[in-house]
Amino acid sequence: MKTFANRNARSVQEAVQLAQSARADGQSVSFAGGGTDLLQLVKDRVPNRPGSPAPDVLINLKTIPGMDSIEGGSGGGLTVGGLVSLSALASDVRVRQRFAVLAEAAESVGTPQIRNVGTVAGNLVQRPWCWYYRNGFPCYKAGGNRCFSIAGENQLHAIFGGGPSYIVHPSDLAPAMVALGASFRVVGPGGERVLPAADFFVSPRVDAEHENVLTDDEVLASVEIQAQPSSVRSTYHKVMDREAWTHALVSAAVVLDMSGDVCRQARIVLGGVAPVPWRVAEAERLLAGQRITAELAAQVAAAAVAGARPLAKNAYKVPLTRGVVERTLVALAG
Amino acid sequence: MDRKDKQAETTGSDAASSDAPSTTDLSRRDFLEGTGAALVVAGATPTFASADDGTARGNRPVQQVAPVPTTAITLTVNGTRRTIQAQDRWTLNELLRDQLQLIGSKIGCNRGECGACTVLLDGEPVYSCSTLAVWADGRSVVTVEGLERNGEVSPLQQAFMDYNAPQCGFCTPGQLMAATALLERNSSPTDGEVREALVGNLCRCSNYNSIVEAVLAAAQTSGGAR
Repeated sequence: MKTFANRNARSVQEAVQLAQSARADGQSVSFAGGGTDLLQLVKDRVPNRPGSPAPDVLINLKTIPGMDSIEGGSGGGLTVGGLVSLSALASDVRVRQRFAVLAEAAESVGTPQIRNVGTVAGNLVQRPWCWYYRNGFPCYKAGGNRCFSIAGENQLHAIFGGGPSYIVHPSDLAPAMVALGASFRVVGPGGERVLPAADFFVSPRVDAEHENVLTDDEVLASVEIQAQPSSVRSTYHKVMDREAWTHALVSAAVVLDMSGDVCRQARIVLGGVAPVPWRVAEAERLLAGQRITAELAAQVAAAAVAGARPLAKNAYKVPLTRGVVERTLVALAG
Repeated sequence: MDRKDKQAETTGSDAASSDAPSTTDLSRRDFLEGTGAALVVAGATPTFASADDGTARGNRPVQQVAPVPTTAITLTVNGTRRTIQAQDRWTLNELLRDQLQLIGSKIGCNRGECGACTVLLDGEPVYSCSTLAVWADGRSVVTVEGLERNGEVSPLQQAFMDYNAPQCGFCTPGQLMAATALLERNSSPTDGEVREALVGNLCRCSNYNSIVEAVLAAAQTSGGAR
């Protein structure tokens, strides 16, 4: 592997300072959580930040005390440290009982070996798995100015919200976080900011190079999940081209606030179909105040794909998305 | 394949032929390493012969290269504490295989996809190709070489032999580590639980059914991996 120096950070603030001072010395820097994805990018010399060469300095966040813990807040909310492993998140009893959608999303990632090392923050900020980006094409995501999927092999690409880049956001946790209305605490040189999960991810129309608002020296430190009423139930449904160990072709994070068999409020956020976690607000509105019947679920699912704009080779994702939404709603309401 | 070869495979030893009937004491690994070295020397000879510092051919002098960053780390490997000056860029697998000569864990893909490099880090299976050696500072690592007890293979390793779980055997050390971790937290897994625990270990021979049978048999006979 390319030579680099590892620096162990003792606090998030120190990590930010280490990054700034290394950059001031003309070195390129990457933050390392679990490193499962980062090390592959370094080995392949694919830029982790657009236009940035393979890192000279890795800032290790695993040495920050407490960043790998899940703290209970008042009234049933949780604060999840950015360095909590996906397996710790999936097996946490509080997460399983209160936020099933999140536990199921974490459980669906990769393999046991990846979940033991991979982290919450790493899963949320991982770079896209588009085969053009990963194989060294000078696309938007690598700091170039083309999306090679448009006229290329776009089987796995976006059917919503694409252009100029047509990647799909690769995170399973991201749709679950948006569906739960989580907020993200970001620490950087100017202090910290807290923003809703939905505002953390950015459309390629706003910024074609990045998938989120993080600047070079910022760290996703923790995630805050508000308590939900006991009438809320949730689930994550992920469809893959094999049974395990890959990204979603289509996924749906669904959170329903139910009163008997009537849905008070619904959140439906899709994964695998857009450059950001894709919330389908029109479809959600059809559910408000309604009994969830098979007929209504079918209508909601049709509304969910109404704005789809498939590319040449991914039109299959439209009926697949419709089916996933319909079945998930019926199963969760039943 | 006879039982002795199979045992060598499941214990991670590459010196399979050391006490097998043979006309020479050379192991397969020694032979390959020797051949490789000879090729390197052959390829390098012209440069040595010309005693050339680069200037004679009008080349620029060799540039000074910054020293490779290293860090002193202490970790427990198969029960033994080790302090090592590790290059920051070494993966855990490079430390184990290239520095400690623990060649049981294999490199198949070197990108966290195949699972042949699986070792236990503080008891949890991880891909040793996808984590750095310096990140294992202060932690405990168990490789396939650490599974035997008093010269005896573990019940799980025995079951792998009995059920012909290895075909080519390259993925076997990784399968053993993932299955060991499973049996240590769940001594009587179902068929589905075994498959779930081994989903990150690919077998290019596709001998999955035998591997699952072996893990289930080890659970039944011993109630655990060790």
